[in-house]
Amino acid sequence: MTPLRTLSNVLYQRPNLYLALLLVTPLGWFGAIYLGSLLNLLWQGFYTFDDFTMAVTPTLTLANFAALFNPSNFDIIVRTVTMAVAVSLASAVLAFPIAYYMARYTRGKTKAFFYIAVMMPMWASYIVKTYAWTLLLAKGGVAQWFTQQLALDGLLQAILGIPGVGGSTLSTSHLGRFLVFVYIWLPFMILPIQAALERLPPSLLQASADLGAKPLQTFMQVTLPLSIPGIAAGSIFTFSLTLGDFIVPQLVGPPGYFIGSMVYAQQGAIGNMPMAAAFTLVPIVLIALYLAVVKRMGAFDAL
Amino acid sequence: MPLAVQFTQVSRTFGEVKAVDQVSIDIAEGEFFSLLGPSGSGKTTCLRLIAGFEQPSSGSIRIHGLEAAGVPPYQRDVNTVFQDYALFPHMNVLDNVAYGLKVKGTPKAERHSRAENALAMVALAGYGARKPAQLSGGQRQRVALARALVNRPRVLLLDEPLGALDLKLREQMQVELKNLQRQLGITFVFVTHDQTEALSMSDRVAVFNRGRIEQVDTPRNLYLNPATPFVASFVGTSNVVRGALAEALSGSPAPFSIRPEHIRLGAAGPDSRHVQVEGLLRDIQYQGSATRFEVQLDSGQLLAVSQANDSWQAMPQAWQPGQRVQAHWPQEAMTQLQDTEAY
Repeated sequence: MTPLRTLSNVLYQRPNLYLALLLVTPLGWFGAIYLGSLLNLLWQGFYTFDDFTMAVTPTLTLANFAALFNPSNFDIIVRTVTMAVAVSLASAVLAFPIAYYMARYTRGKTKAFFYIAVMMPMWASYIVKTYAWTLLLAKGGVAQWFTQQLALDGLLQAILGIPGVGGSTLSTSHLGRFLVFVYIWLPFMILPIQAALERLPPSLLQASADLGAKPLQTFMQVTLPLSIPGIAAGSIFTFSLTLGDFIVPQLVGPPGYFIGSMVYAQQGAIGNMPMAAAFTLVPIVLIALYLAVVKRMGAFDAL
Repeated sequence: MPLAVQFTQVSRTFGEVKAVDQVSIDIAEGEFFSLLGPSGSGKTTCLRLIAGFEQPSSGSIRIHGLEAAGVPPYQRDVNTVFQDYALFPHMNVLDNVAYGLKVKGTPKAERHSRAENALAMVALAGYGARKPAQLSGGQRQRVALARALVNRPRVLLLDEPLGALDLKLREQMQVELKNLQRQLGITFVFVTHDQTEALSMSDRVAVFNRGRIEQVDTPRNLYLNPATPFVASFVGTSNVVRGALAEALSGSPAPFSIRPEHIRLGAAGPDSRHVQVEGLLRDIQYQGSATRFEVQLDSGQLLAVSQANDSWQAMPQAWQPGQRVQAHWPQEAMTQLQDTEAY
């Protein structure tokens, strides 16, 4: 018996050893590179930053995490989370009909076309797209011209006048920033919802109608509940990507930090790595809370 | 007798394919009516036409005398038990069963007590809190049944509901379904490709082939007097004899059918009016309650012969493959068939 044959036999007879050998490299890689470095980063949130010497010393403190609740820092968190929630909601509302159409009414080449159409925008650099949006939304830009053509510029001005939503122009308003976020993250919402709807057997919808449910009832009682795992997955993308983004808040919208741009500023310009690490913890905690809530609502029961 | 479902010249085409072709059926109220046929013969499409998931391309469907065209499924007084059961995975068993009552606005207390009753009727009392995924195939099938029956439909449609169950469970469910139908007096329209199932449960059976109905009859008539070669060979097994041999044996050029169990091996008595043939014994299969012989007649025609092993003793005569044998059957056992294509 050749050594190779002997080895095969040993591995076949000991499936656990086989599995362990297969998994040790990727798990080691994942553990060290992903989780290890992330925990290391978070650990630095406990280090002390000296405001005078700008030096980081490994003296453990909770001051950085406490500082998150300073009004100026807490404002950043509230602003970012509000935007992330708004972006996730709007993405879900926009994505659902597209995903529904893709899953239930397209097949073959039409389905492939829709996949490509949804994913193609993701192939282009998103910094370029964000810059393009600053031009579209700028004073005298396409968006403004278009609303004028529709004789809706009065309405636009009224919307821009609403505090917390508007700004002097679209490109410096919260609304403009919101539009860009929704534009950029929409595909991340469409694809998971589409996948969830794809798994929904048509016989369930027929059974619902057969039992006397009108189309709206079928949608509310069967289609929507069974697509919630997809909506949850998509919203985790849109929510966490918005929480961590540092490009869009700098280029579009009114001045003021987001969590992402704050981390960027803290570790770059200021060099306060511990504070940046503390800010990094915020999205992680928020997503964990969000998942716990969604799970409690039973979103994953049908998985 | 009032009609539950009436098809008049109904066709349903999908592009070039005629799934249902000029079908007319009258299903009486309270009848256990089966649609039997191989897959793709149009039986399921007929069921979906009654449920309202499909609309006829031509012809008219009446349900309890009312024209069904344009009436959506949720306004029809029929309920369906689906082949894959189609239980809602995100609801527990009780909510599944109560669903039809819920969407019609029945108060919670009433719909829960009715759903409990329906579950008790299918011997699943106390399973209400479970999720469908926690049930076995047979239990899911019962839940699907309870979910349909709780709405007290006038017509219950069953789309191969026993197909996924193993043999023992299937036989048990056949008896239970039949009893349930007798108790409730609801019209059952039952789709199946299993002829034994159709024969043992139904009041009448419609045999489908290529979108058309070949014969509608009681199980006994269907078996004893098949109208076409297709029915003869699809319902049970049969020897279909055609052409010159048919003319020589029966005196008519039309094909005829002779059931394997109506043929006896050996010589007929000298004065009997039995049809007598001779051939080569090709094969013997011991099947437990019966033994099956394959005899090749001199014309080339293969004849299946089945002899009941109704004695607890060993077979009286030892047959050997390759020997020449005689076989005979009574004149009356032959059934003349319409000269159409076989299955």
